[in-house]
Amino acid sequence: MAVLLAASPARPRGRLRALPACIFLAFALIPVVAPFVGGGYLVSLGSRVMIFAIAAVALDLLVGYGALISFGHAAFIGIGAYAVGILSVYGITDALVSLPVALAVSAAYAFLTGVVCLRTSGVYFIMITLAFGQMAFFTASSLAPFGGDDGLTIAARNTLAGLPLLRNERAFYYLVFACLLGTYLFCRALVGSRFGRVVRGAKENPVRMATIGFDVYRFQLATYVIAGALAGLSGFLLANATEFVSPAYMSWQRSGELIVMVLLGGLGSLDGAIIGAAAYLLTEEWLSRVTEDWKVIFGPVLVLVVLFARGGLIGLTRDLARRLARA
Amino acid sequence: MSTTLLAVQILNGLQLGVLLFLVAAGLTLVFGVMDFINLAHGVQYMLGAYLAVAFYALTGSFLSALVLALAAALAFGLVLEFAVFRHLYDRDHLDHVIATFGIILFLNHGVKLVWGAAPLSLPMPELFSGSVRLAEGLVYPVWRLVIIAAGLAIAALLYLLVAHTRIGMLVRAGATNAAMVSALGVNIRRLFMIVFGFGTMLAGFAGIMIAPILSVEPGMGDTVLILAFVVIVIGGIGSIRGAFLAALLIGLVDTLGRSFSVDILRFVMGPSPARTVGPAIASMLIYLLMALVLYIRPTGLFPAKGR
Amino acid sequence: MPDAVLHLEKLRKSFGALVVTDELTFDVMPRELHAVIGPNGAGKTTLINQISGLVAPDSGTIQFAGRDITALPTHARAELGLARSFQVSSILPGFSALENVALAVQSRAGSSFRVLGRAAAEAALNDPAMAALADVGLAERAHIPAGELAHGEKRALELAIALAMQPKVLLLDEPMAGTGREETARLVELLRRLKGRFAVVLVEHDMTAVFALADRISVLIYGRILASGTPAGVRADPRVVAAYLGDEME
Repeated sequence: MAVLLAASPARPRGRLRALPACIFLAFALIPVVAPFVGGGYLVSLGSRVMIFAIAAVALDLLVGYGALISFGHAAFIGIGAYAVGILSVYGITDALVSLPVALAVSAAYAFLTGVVCLRTSGVYFIMITLAFGQMAFFTASSLAPFGGDDGLTIAARNTLAGLPLLRNERAFYYLVFACLLGTYLFCRALVGSRFGRVVRGAKENPVRMATIGFDVYRFQLATYVIAGALAGLSGFLLANATEFVSPAYMSWQRSGELIVMVLLGGLGSLDGAIIGAAAYLLTEEWLSRVTEDWKVIFGPVLVLVVLFARGGLIGLTRDLARRLARA
Repeated sequence: MSTTLLAVQILNGLQLGVLLFLVAAGLTLVFGVMDFINLAHGVQYMLGAYLAVAFYALTGSFLSALVLALAAALAFGLVLEFAVFRHLYDRDHLDHVIATFGIILFLNHGVKLVWGAAPLSLPMPELFSGSVRLAEGLVYPVWRLVIIAAGLAIAALLYLLVAHTRIGMLVRAGATNAAMVSALGVNIRRLFMIVFGFGTMLAGFAGIMIAPILSVEPGMGDTVLILAFVVIVIGGIGSIRGAFLAALLIGLVDTLGRSFSVDILRFVMGPSPARTVGPAIASMLIYLLMALVLYIRPTGLFPAKGR
Repeated sequence: MPDAVLHLEKLRKSFGALVVTDELTFDVMPRELHAVIGPNGAGKTTLINQISGLVAPDSGTIQFAGRDITALPTHARAELGLARSFQVSSILPGFSALENVALAVQSRAGSSFRVLGRAAAEAALNDPAMAALADVGLAERAHIPAGELAHGEKRALELAIALAMQPKVLLLDEPMAGTGREETARLVELLRRLKGRFAVVLVEHDMTAVFALADRISVLIYGRILASGTPAGVRADPRVVAAYLGDEME
């Protein structure tokens, strides 16, 4: 009864080819424009958007290109964040140590849980990724020496090779920018590569791929680990941005929000993930000033998006462009 | 660890299990027959509780509140089905997840706007409000026994309905192969509505019954939702029998695990590490159980569609 | 037989009380086109599924090019040179016809864990893919999304994908299913050209095609091989005529 998710092309088509360049240009200019329109607040908001965009792009690899609906993606963000937090408690505060550790631990968790999760499919896959996300959440909540439920405040941001570069808002912003750009370019290359083609093929017809000779499981596991590590990167940056880590970073609601971000922008397009993250977080910022319960409006909006704007914001723009071209 | 404590916790586990069954039954049927992932099932449970509180304030009678709340919950569920869900049956699971996630956001914050964020309470009926002496030294609240009895009665009723009536046969057939049932000329839309409505009422009923014991607050359905999904995944999608057994299993494992994890772990590690690790393991126990079951049987214990 | 490229020994499969494959022993020689015919429900597709690894037999063994592949997963069998087509076209609808075939070439070429470099632009993959498409007459349709191809073209695409795998044995599950007379004739011509390159197991209902192409025919009835031999021999076998061919040959 369920209709198969449509194929995800390796590259954006038509006019939307210029989109990534526009997005990154906009991000690059924010710290330049900021002093005239609101100052430091805009820069830190921009950092936050980019940090979640990294996690969203990673999730798009899984959901949009691989049809693997992971409901536990936030766990990897949390793991990356806790790597920073826990190491700082022990006096290890340099990024050159914290970052590799964050990446390694989230990749390891992705590998161990992926081995089990990928034996299932459909709703069972969704549930088991949720379960592993919850396990990470409960583990973090029970770590009393590291704040438990209340979370852990970090004294200061990581140093970079001993230098307190990250404490400068602008420097930190451009570090995040570089990470997002790097993540995007890597994922873009991945999706069009030999490896990516197998993953995309498996989304359309896994039985066919097996009869051609591909061990789909191995490719999906590798994608799962890559996505987990990238989310760990996002967590590393998040911990540094907020100077705080908490189990809430790993809640299943957060995992749900990440899926919403990817869908909102447009599944299977990478650009969409960035746009979706921006749209979600900016909506949150803007609407939460109006009312604390802005989600009572956002909820129905989501339903409407699912019913009428399946391709997300990118799908909408594409339809609009097509209609304008015809007019 | 005394036998009385053990007995009490076993009863508590049964009560939780029965509650989970009430929520999971509707969930597994909707998923089994309509292939529809309904994350909003948890807020339907919550809505039942809130509606009962509201109607109790109006009528002053638990029974009237129960009946009216059930009717209102059913009505709301049918409206949701008509307005939103029915357009999503042909879509893929991701769409179901996002749309029902949106409904969760809407209702969790909606009830906060209407009733406020502070926890509310629903007084239980006078007749059942005491405790009863079950055995030497074993005293147990009557209301919890009522919940267990109601749950078992409904389980029996569901079994009779599903196994021995024509509608039940259609539901079972639908859970195994909905397209075929439709091709045989059955009004599948009406069947879906009946299944959905019934499931909604069960969830609402669970919320109403538990309201006197727990506090009624926004988000109370979220944990129950996840537990219910764990139940149907372990039990096997589309199977009432699977949901019943898995619900009791999870209710017992979760309750006993939380009560005795520290004590049990004390034998393997010292008392101090046990006190830190114990509660963490206890909260993860059912997820570990689910992961184990899925590893051995990737489609659950008694899936309707067979293995 | 010692030099058979595919050998099934006492294969058995039942679904509940229904025995679908009944102590089946079956051979395919290296370059022959071996047709399998039988009435609907005889268990032909289940047989193909067991050979290709999508269904596990209850007992019995499958030997392929000297190796016991009974417990081997589907993708490993494909790597060894076992290709198949599906009764209901199973292609990647969102990919172009060329990419569908290029993926099969890629699988043969190995090193698919490359994460950089645009696969769609690789001549090393596209050239053999185009050759396979040309073989089946789809060269002009190479860049059309496979989902938009006509039914007969999809059947041809399935063949192209299988060819690109450079198989030792090709399992064809009713390739003429649902094709009109013209397309059937084209597919028969194509298979005639491919004959001798590798072994082919052809499951088919279309008797004209079967008798035009087959080197050997095996008749499958209720999960057992009733008779096996040259087309002329099978045609004349009274048991076969009685059980199956009698009506078909009208």
